[in-house]
Amino acid sequence: MAFNYDPYIRSGKLPHIWCPGCTFGIVFKSLLRAVESMQIPKDDIALVSGIGCASRLPGYVDWNTLHTAHGRAIPFATGLKMARPDKKVLVVSGDGDATAIGGNHFIHACRRNIDITVIVLNNFIYGMTGGQHSPTTPVGHMATTMPFGNVDPTFNIPALAKGAGATWVGRGTAYHVPALDKLIVGAVEHKGLSVLEIINGCPTTHGRRNKFRSPTDMLLWMKETALPVSAFEKFPAEKTVGKFPIGVLYKGEGKEYSETYFAMVEHLQKKQEGRGD
Amino acid sequence: MAKEQAVEKIEATENEKVKISIIPRFCKGCEICVKLCPTKVLGMDMFTVKVVDVDKCIVCMACELRCPDFAIFVEKKKIEGTKDKAEGE
Amino acid sequence: MGTLKLLQGNEACAEGALYAGCTFFAGYPITPSTEVAEYLARRLPLTGGVILQMEDEIASVGAIIGASLAGKKAMTATSGPGFSLKQENIGFGMLCEVPIVIIDVMRGGPSTGVPTGPSQSDIMQCKWGTHGDHPVICLTPAYVQEIFSETVRAFNLAERYRTPVFVAFDEIVGHMRERIEIPDKGVLPVENRRRPTCSPSEYMPFDETQGDVPPIADFFSGYRQHITGLNHASDGFPVNASPRIHTDEMRLLRKVEGNRKDIIRYETVMLEDAEVVVFAYGVSGRSGKNAVELARAEGIKAGLFRPLTIWPFPEEEVAELASRVKVIIVPELSLGQIVLEVERCAKGRCHVEGIFRVDGDPITPDQILGKIKEVG
Repeated sequence: MAFNYDPYIRSGKLPHIWCPGCTFGIVFKSLLRAVESMQIPKDDIALVSGIGCASRLPGYVDWNTLHTAHGRAIPFATGLKMARPDKKVLVVSGDGDATAIGGNHFIHACRRNIDITVIVLNNFIYGMTGGQHSPTTPVGHMATTMPFGNVDPTFNIPALAKGAGATWVGRGTAYHVPALDKLIVGAVEHKGLSVLEIINGCPTTHGRRNKFRSPTDMLLWMKETALPVSAFEKFPAEKTVGKFPIGVLYKGEGKEYSETYFAMVEHLQKKQEGRGD
Repeated sequence: MAKEQAVEKIEATENEKVKISIIPRFCKGCEICVKLCPTKVLGMDMFTVKVVDVDKCIVCMACELRCPDFAIFVEKKKIEGTKDKAEGE
Repeated sequence: MGTLKLLQGNEACAEGALYAGCTFFAGYPITPSTEVAEYLARRLPLTGGVILQMEDEIASVGAIIGASLAGKKAMTATSGPGFSLKQENIGFGMLCEVPIVIIDVMRGGPSTGVPTGPSQSDIMQCKWGTHGDHPVICLTPAYVQEIFSETVRAFNLAERYRTPVFVAFDEIVGHMRERIEIPDKGVLPVENRRRPTCSPSEYMPFDETQGDVPPIADFFSGYRQHITGLNHASDGFPVNASPRIHTDEMRLLRKVEGNRKDIIRYETVMLEDAEVVVFAYGVSGRSGKNAVELARAEGIKAGLFRPLTIWPFPEEEVAELASRVKVIIVPELSLGQIVLEVERCAKGRCHVEGIFRVDGDPITPDQILGKIKEVG
């Protein structure tokens, strides 16, 4: 059944700016389907981004949208959330935006466990600026700032999020689409800091320099390399070499920040009333 | 995409089971849909996707779900007298 | 009759923010501004406000912009090194026309500098710190009472002109204690930004047909909008290589430059027949006032011009002074920043002389008196 994306897309904005074969459009559609299924009113949801191709997403969506500075989406989102803790605040960010320049904000949002959903569109490169290596560019891959093959080690984004205190961590891909819809719902519905890493492909600045002959090849790579987390955990080590797990990778317990803060406020105000202040 | 379809040019191909709608202006020619279609329903007309053989379509939705550009939509038709599969398949 | 309190400058700043309706503070510890955050940390939670110690200075500005976009009056406070870090996001606030207040309690610089010593060397940074062309309002109180009232005024200007406003004072004034009166509510005006009255479908966040300061809707209030740091059109969406960019940036400058009479405030002492004028603000203004009084006692026709608004710069006032006085002396705790503006506006019609000091101590009245006698 054809899904009606119309109510969510700002009129006249399509076709979007992403390259032919960029998988961000797939994720964009999944996000819209996921939010529609949760029936969140458009006025009650904000989408905040930094700078980069992933960060262009909010401009297309008819929500309260905010396109900030490189790496800085999370603090702006924190301000929105603490000003209106009753509203849904989502962040969409690229791999460089979230884990390089935005790294400090990323880990502290995780530490606070504030109820924001951080969606990291990882395409393993700084795409918008032409293909420089990022903290997730695979070792050995070619990038414009690593023309002889990347020697920088890489982040494992879910591990980073979990280590910093996030209480919902997941990973999906642009290939595994129906599962992605469900992951997005899980991430948004979770009360606390959710980090959903979505594996994407940038054919223009990464794929075509690294032996991916077409955008479809990048999707097929995701199909071949991803393993559902249940299988990943059961398989012997040699069967998981070069693979990565997808699904809900971690769920933890933790006090949500805005609730904790406003509980303190309520407690203080009650004490004041009790004293007749 | 009802509102957009009223404005955008749509190329629709259908049979009694399915209607495949393509919005040529949105198609960027990435060929993801063509290559991922399990039954080779789709092909390329220069840099735009086209339906080559609608009768091969098994309504798996792979093309619509993995089109990044809102360029192709697949509508399963209700057939008189047959039991409908659950929505969202 | 308001409430009398003995307060530190930083504390008075916090009280001013509360009086103006600030309900959101985000900051990071940095000498000599930390007391602003600490005072608000004790006060804001009691009234349901939000105080966040963010992970860094950059996040602090981001958070207050987010909060302001959600309709809150929001403030941050910092000093030199933090002010340097904040610049990119400050520029975002300027381009996207978000009302926020930024307090800079200036200390010795550059770099780590002299954390516990005063300076006035961030003044050009207030004007030019963030890249690009942007409007700047910067207030420069010199007394603890003024820090209170100028912080209230800063919030009002931010709301009225839909732009970030700086309040810059030095470490001495920030840390000194003076008796101040906090007026009862309703005595000092408190302003709120203009919000749209049109229907949500007609609303545009930068609608210049509504005037140089367009109304701004709160996030989550039913008026959905896109706010981006890319140069944008009235509807908020990015534009590239368009004449619109030029005209819109001119409008941003006009918001401030076209409203100088409303924004510029200053104190004058014995200027009517002055031949030697001391142009000084902040702690240097306090010394300047004293020096002028001492000079008059010796028969020298000295006067003081003490700006409370340093940006926009009081160009007309300085030009007028330059046309009738012999010399303008500019004492400042820097190696010569605001003296350049005075020279620019004097246009050579009078002599301009600076007194510069960056050793962590204030310029004394005697130093200024000495210069008055030397050049007067």
